[in-house]
Amino acid sequence: MVLLKIKFPFQKRVRLAQGLWLLSWVAMFSGAITFAMGVFLKTELHRRSEVMHSMDIHIVPNLLMAVGLASVGINICAGKVCQDSLDPTRFPRWKMFLPPFFCFSVFLTSLLLVAMILSFALQPSLEESLKIGLKNGIRFYKDTDTPGRCFQKETIDRLQIEFQCCGNTNYRDWFEVQWISSRYLDFTSKEVKDRVRSNVDGRYLLDGVPFSCCNPASPRPCIQYSLLDNSAHYNYEYQSEELNLYNRGCRQALVSYYMGLMNTIGPCVLFDFLLQMTILVSLRYLQTAMEGVIGQENVEIETEGYILEKGVKETLLETKEKMKKLLQFARVGDASAVTPDTEPEADKPATA
Amino acid sequence: MVVGKMKLTFQKRVKLAQGLWMLSWFATLGGAVTFALGCFLKTELRRRGEVMDNTDIHCVPNTLMIVGLASMGINYFASRICQDALDPGRFPRWKTFLKPFYGCSVFFTTLMLISVILSYIMKGSLETSLKIGLKNGIRFYKDTDTPGRCFQKQTIDRLQMEFQCCGNSNYRDWFEVQWISNRYLDFSSKEVKDRIKSNVDGRYLIDSVPFSCCNPSSPRPCIQYRITNNTAHYNYEHQTDELNLFIHGCREALVNYYMGLMNAIGAVVLSVFLLQCSVLASVRLLQTSMEAVAGQENVEVDSEGYLLEKGVKETFMEYVDPVLKLLWLNEVTPAEAKAEAGTS
Repeated sequence: MVLLKIKFPFQKRVRLAQGLWLLSWVAMFSGAITFAMGVFLKTELHRRSEVMHSMDIHIVPNLLMAVGLASVGINICAGKVCQDSLDPTRFPRWKMFLPPFFCFSVFLTSLLLVAMILSFALQPSLEESLKIGLKNGIRFYKDTDTPGRCFQKETIDRLQIEFQCCGNTNYRDWFEVQWISSRYLDFTSKEVKDRVRSNVDGRYLLDGVPFSCCNPASPRPCIQYSLLDNSAHYNYEYQSEELNLYNRGCRQALVSYYMGLMNTIGPCVLFDFLLQMTILVSLRYLQTAMEGVIGQENVEIETEGYILEKGVKETLLETKEKMKKLLQFARVGDASAVTPDTEPEADKPATA
Repeated sequence: MVVGKMKLTFQKRVKLAQGLWMLSWFATLGGAVTFALGCFLKTELRRRGEVMDNTDIHCVPNTLMIVGLASMGINYFASRICQDALDPGRFPRWKTFLKPFYGCSVFFTTLMLISVILSYIMKGSLETSLKIGLKNGIRFYKDTDTPGRCFQKQTIDRLQMEFQCCGNSNYRDWFEVQWISNRYLDFSSKEVKDRIKSNVDGRYLIDSVPFSCCNPSSPRPCIQYRITNNTAHYNYEHQTDELNLFIHGCREALVNYYMGLMNAIGAVVLSVFLLQCSVLASVRLLQTSMEAVAGQENVEVDSEGYLLEKGVKETFMEYVDPVLKLLWLNEVTPAEAKAEAGTS
């Protein structure tokens, strides 16, 4: 039962080969663009890697880069094959090469779909990674004198300014950590001593946030300290104040940013996938149509092209048998190397 | 006294025409690039237009855009001329066109050079414009409730954060203006009343700066209030503290930014200028060598090409005379009309 049989007169074959050659060039560019987008996404993820705890999300750009490069190679081969296809003397040398080529290409092209699915599936993982990373960033904000953590403050400040966000979930995250280093606290002052005594761990906690949480769009000069104390500032009510600080948390801001990036990249990758599949299908038709011509005197006859000679199940079984035979060959090769002396013994009784 | 005389064999003429055709396409691209750079510079100047007092500096991108467009036209015609140059039948129709073409081309090409020089000359004007613009921006920082000025605060805050600068010349500019609006001042408090009484204009002046002056690279949480008071903060000496606020003034930061842009653009425009000059010189050589061949039976003969038939001064007067005559002609006719009226 042949799968998707199409009749190919000579003219149609020629047109198919020409169209496929052009399409393979377009797909090559598309593959290069996919690679470039993978590189861009990886750079963007790397830039904010200090506030990410795990690197799981990096599998998406890695896949895109690998498949982009591979697709450039696949399309170069496809172009070469269809250049040779209209010449019956040059076409047979591709015979052995094409079946594994098709398997390999279909596998790589399906990786594109996998990358797209992963970009949505890994969103919770990204969010979790950011949650832990930001929590650590906020915790080590004050440690500008500790080697390995001295740039946390600058990183978090610049992040909050650039993404217009404050804290992990919201600005209250800053109330729960001591973000002012003890080096800058006057421990002889009453206020400091009271605050340090007011909690079990002896931390200086206050209802204040760093300056990077301030919103420039506020009509009022920024209020960053005594945020929950209405009487500390003239004409101020913290419950109704919305413009003073950034409302979003940085986790939400970063997740939205990366999801936006991946949603933009998604359609391009989908387009590349469809283009690549079209090329592979057309190449298969061209190959099967040309195989009907090989060995014939008149090259311009009509032939049939198909995707699979037998049905899907039968083709899979056949491939399985082939793989088994290959594995057996390997084993038999080992076995015959181990027992060379049994053969002469078998010969001896005959000669004796 | 002929300028730039060169003997050109037939093969050389052919090579010159072909090379010129390629060169003129590159020069057209160069003209397009000049136009694009002019647009880019204009956009960048307009983005910060709110902190500039006048738009004098805009003459640089405007000139670049005009020159870019003109250069695209000039090079298009140059390519058409050299396409027709090797065909003696089609070349004569360009004869009357060439003189005004050269006049215009030389004018616009010098304008290209002038635009690069202008970008350096206008630096002083840009700096003055920014000085006044920033002074006003800082003065109206607090007026977020006045129509027409309500975005000054946001503009100045975003400017200081983006260019990592504070104030006009430095952070002390904020000490001289009241940047906190009266709406947020408690006039019943003693501190506010003292500060207002301490100066003639009754302004609330403090030794503090807005949050946008804070430097994220500082190891310490930002100190924006009571900057000059060492006792107000633990372990703080404002004379030695350099990382707390941004040190540069915004005027200096913006001038450096725009000068950097114009230096980069100037380098590109200079190379386009050189390309354009070589295109024009080649067209002139090709034209004069083809004119020597015109009318001859054997087209493949050697001929001489030159840049200018007479010397530079004489050629210049030749071009300028018709223009002057046009201007003087208008002056002469009223006098003639009076004389006629007198005699009649």
